[in-house]
Amino acid sequence: MPAKPTTAPPPTPADASSLELVARVSHLRKTYGSTVAVDDVSLDVHRGEILGVLGPNGAGKTTTVECLTGLRQPDQGTVRLLGLDPARDGRRLRPRVGCQLQESELPAKLRAGEALDLYASFYDDPADGRALAADLGLATALDTPYHGLSGGQKQRLSIALALVGRPELAVLDELTTGLDPQARRDTWDLIEGVRADGVTIVLVTHFMDEAERLCDRLVLIDRGRVAAAGTPTDLVAQALGEQVLRLRLPDPVPLATVRAALRDVTEVTDLAVEGPGTPAGPAGGPLPDVVVGPSDELVVTGSRAVTAPALLALAAADLEPVDVVARRGTLEDAFVALTSSRETEPTPVEV
Amino acid sequence: MTALRALTLSEGRLYLRDSGTVFFALVFPTLLLVLMGLVLPGMDEPLTDAPGYEGLRPIDLYVPVVLALAICTTSLTTFPAVFGGYREKGVLRRLATTPLPASRLLVAQVSVNVLALLVAVVAALVAMAAVLGLTAPQQPGLVVLAFALGITHMTALGCVLAALVPTAASGNGLGMLLYFPLLFLAGVWTPGPTMPDTLATVGSYLPLGAAAQAMSEGWFGDGVPVTQLLVMVGWTLVLGPVAARVFRWR
Repeated sequence: MPAKPTTAPPPTPADASSLELVARVSHLRKTYGSTVAVDDVSLDVHRGEILGVLGPNGAGKTTTVECLTGLRQPDQGTVRLLGLDPARDGRRLRPRVGCQLQESELPAKLRAGEALDLYASFYDDPADGRALAADLGLATALDTPYHGLSGGQKQRLSIALALVGRPELAVLDELTTGLDPQARRDTWDLIEGVRADGVTIVLVTHFMDEAERLCDRLVLIDRGRVAAAGTPTDLVAQALGEQVLRLRLPDPVPLATVRAALRDVTEVTDLAVEGPGTPAGPAGGPLPDVVVGPSDELVVTGSRAVTAPALLALAAADLEPVDVVARRGTLEDAFVALTSSRETEPTPVEV
Repeated sequence: MTALRALTLSEGRLYLRDSGTVFFALVFPTLLLVLMGLVLPGMDEPLTDAPGYEGLRPIDLYVPVVLALAICTTSLTTFPAVFGGYREKGVLRRLATTPLPASRLLVAQVSVNVLALLVAVVAALVAMAAVLGLTAPQQPGLVVLAFALGITHMTALGCVLAALVPTAASGNGLGMLLYFPLLFLAGVWTPGPTMPDTLATVGSYLPLGAAAQAMSEGWFGDGVPVTQLLVMVGWTLVLGPVAARVFRWR
């Protein structure tokens, strides 16, 4: 368990969790010249959780996290980390926060074991570098110079260096990029072990399976703003409802006809068409008369009970659904819906 | 083990693993002195028409100049480029997230380079003594003082470059840009009495020039080169803190 708990504001009734706050970012804004990297981001990190920061490339995730750890100064907004301001109290915070950064190398001829020993010397009470290396599958690579390590080994060494100081908070950016599937799973097991030791983790990722597997809560950042926040289940429910039906219709049918068929099925929350015939999003005004062709996919989203009523309603209207796939909405679907929903106006569905 | 010691050992190992650097820094001064003395005509003959320098050979006049060259090489050729390379590859950015302060990193690198310099200088003097005969300095204490101040102020200059250069290539380029003019003003091409007076005056206020002149005075003269010594102290006190203040982690 971490050494001294920091004081945190008492939980308000609005807090989702009554756990202590490790960090709070409020209305963060950061620009580089004329580019707005972060427009308005607020998030909380609770002690002992794994918080996922998701978003498309260029959304502002890395900048947000760099402001959180004090690597960059925000233009506006406040950051409190372990009760301190990372911009002013960096020296007091750095022993307690471990960072694994993307695109950050080590000197080419430095050996992995040497790097671990070197970084361990920066801290008063470091972890056993050798044991950490073994947990990460690096035991055989300790004498290999950095330029001789594989991409996956470099990634794992990076994680080890972030954890060698026994931090209270670990910030991991692109945890499993470049790792093969087995290594990813091993790394996820390791991170869950680290969390079990009491370390709070902020995980920046764009892998949905990783977010779903590891994260207690997620913050979805899109174009510099928070698009959604909550547990993975919350996000899926918020974005999509819980069931996604994909099907095809053997004969071409106007979308309006499909809509009419599903009008009375109250469980349906969204209806979309994907495929070669899919038109671009409407600019506003009346919907174009889309025809659903045999190679287009109809995507019906709704609550858990949507499957049977929707299929029956289509059959009753002589629209025979084929190639039907029914599954739970995944985080990936939610991600796409939440981040693209502001790019084009979603087709308002009257069902 | 403390961070500084661990870092110094680590940088030392990395330094030795780069064989090109090692050769140039450690062996070059020796080669320069010995080869010049043996190969260039007249280097080994006592001077006949230089008042105040009777009994000395041109190669003798070169000894303090080569010491200055060694200082210049270690502080400007690879030192800034190493930092530029680290900055470019994100090595420094990662270190910025650890408790290690910038100053420790500079000190560790400087220590390794100064050690290399001392080895290079001792090697050059020993080789000189063995092959061509070494004239003992008139004021050894002054020579040592001038050498030490030469190291401090040139290192400070190297640190300013190291603190700022964004890539290895720019570190190299900028280092080289300063290297040759400073060597010129230190008298590598115009040692002792062959240097024109104006040039010597300018050189006495600039880095390295001051060191070379102070060491020469200590070796062959009996005066105290107060101006040059103060100039070196001044450069150290100005450039050192500037380097620590402007140090960039990315």
